[in-house]
Amino acid sequence: MKNTIICRCADITLEDINNLLSSGVTEIEEIKRFTRLGMGPCQGRTCMQLIQRIVANHNGVSIDQIKMHTSRPPVTGVKLNQISRGARNDNES
Amino acid sequence: MKTVELAIVGAGPAGLCAAISAASMGSNVVIIDRCKDIGGQLIKQTHMFFGSEKQYASRRGIDIPNILLDELKQYEEKIEIITDATVLAIYEDKVMTILQGENYFKIKPEAIIVATGASERVLAFPNNDLPGIYGAGAVQTLMNVYGVKPGDRVVMVGAGNIGLIVSYQMIQAGVEIVAVLDAAPTIGGYLVHASKLARLDVPILTGHSIKEATGTESLEKIIAWKLDEKWQGIEGTEIELEVDVACISVGLTPLSELLSQAGCEMKYVPELGGVVPLIDQNLETTVNNIFVAGDVSGIEEASSAMVEGYIAGLYAGKKLGYSLLDFDELVDDYKMQLNDLRSGHHGDRIRNGINKIMRGEEKC
Repeated sequence: MKNTIICRCADITLEDINNLLSSGVTEIEEIKRFTRLGMGPCQGRTCMQLIQRIVANHNGVSIDQIKMHTSRPPVTGVKLNQISRGARNDNES
Repeated sequence: MKTVELAIVGAGPAGLCAAISAASMGSNVVIIDRCKDIGGQLIKQTHMFFGSEKQYASRRGIDIPNILLDELKQYEEKIEIITDATVLAIYEDKVMTILQGENYFKIKPEAIIVATGASERVLAFPNNDLPGIYGAGAVQTLMNVYGVKPGDRVVMVGAGNIGLIVSYQMIQAGVEIVAVLDAAPTIGGYLVHASKLARLDVPILTGHSIKEATGTESLEKIIAWKLDEKWQGIEGTEIELEVDVACISVGLTPLSELLSQAGCEMKYVPELGGVVPLIDQNLETTVNNIFVAGDVSGIEEASSAMVEGYIAGLYAGKKLGYSLLDFDELVDDYKMQLNDLRSGHHGDRIRNGINKIMRGEEKC
């Protein structure tokens, strides 16, 4: 479990997740806040389907009964100077 | 900020067909795609398609983008294609932010068709981050787009159509397929694809999955084991496969996060592969003027993605105030094609899934 990677971006293992779940965490959003899982460059496109299954199994329910994570813009990494340059162009035009 | 009539996210089979039908009604269309090449997943599909002639059966996937682009040419003055550009967000007022290289900009479309497709599912097993462990899509891109051989000895995990087809393509490229594993008790893909492998003496082990991977610098061995009826590995059934590549082909999941952000009502539907938007028969989501086409609202094939694209394009055009003399005939024909593609035993799953997200009366 130590070497089973769930979130590649933040290097979160199955062991990390199981420790959190046995400490009383029950929701994906909580796991995100504790570990940054799903908040790296891929924005959860790899790990979310794994974590959904793990959390559902832990809570003894099917996946459609658990709370999904909230997806927020942007869907990939953007540099702040790209956004500020974009805003400047926007004001000029 | 630039305003546009219709923005289409994704230039794969669904997005291109949506652009054709919307432009044919008179709408101006901006298509945005993350890649440099137009065609989405078609650009690596060197195999011939099945199905009906209307969805380019017996053509190779790689040839279809050019056929569709040729059709788009007749509406050249109405179409703008922005490649190498990622749509970063769709906000609740429909403003879209886009990153193209270093250039970050916004557009405000009146209507949007989201045709972003899907991403590959992965598996959790010990040492699943060793170099040499790939998704089947990645292997297909390496071989068929870039001409790079992924490795010498491969285990394929997943005997669905993608797993079977990519295995065969690897053999054609001179790669040895040591085994094809599938957790399910039966082969998921079409028999015709499985038979091609069986004739070449490739073992297809159903009811098997990966226990763990081993290797120091990169993948050296996959240890597989038999699964019981509860999908748990059975101790003592381990087999060791000496491989330098493990290719994971365990399905796709819709790339639907732009729709969640835009405020569309979403639902987890296992039959459709993940979190998908609620839609009506016109392929419009719960947000006015945001439509979907293709795998983003449920994993199917390129053929159904194309037909959904045509339908979404027509209804988006109609919402924008355009009309076509034969609008109703076209819609009826496309809907009939979709019903055909989803008919029979193979379509059970997808029909069940669509019934869970379809609003209004029309269910399939």
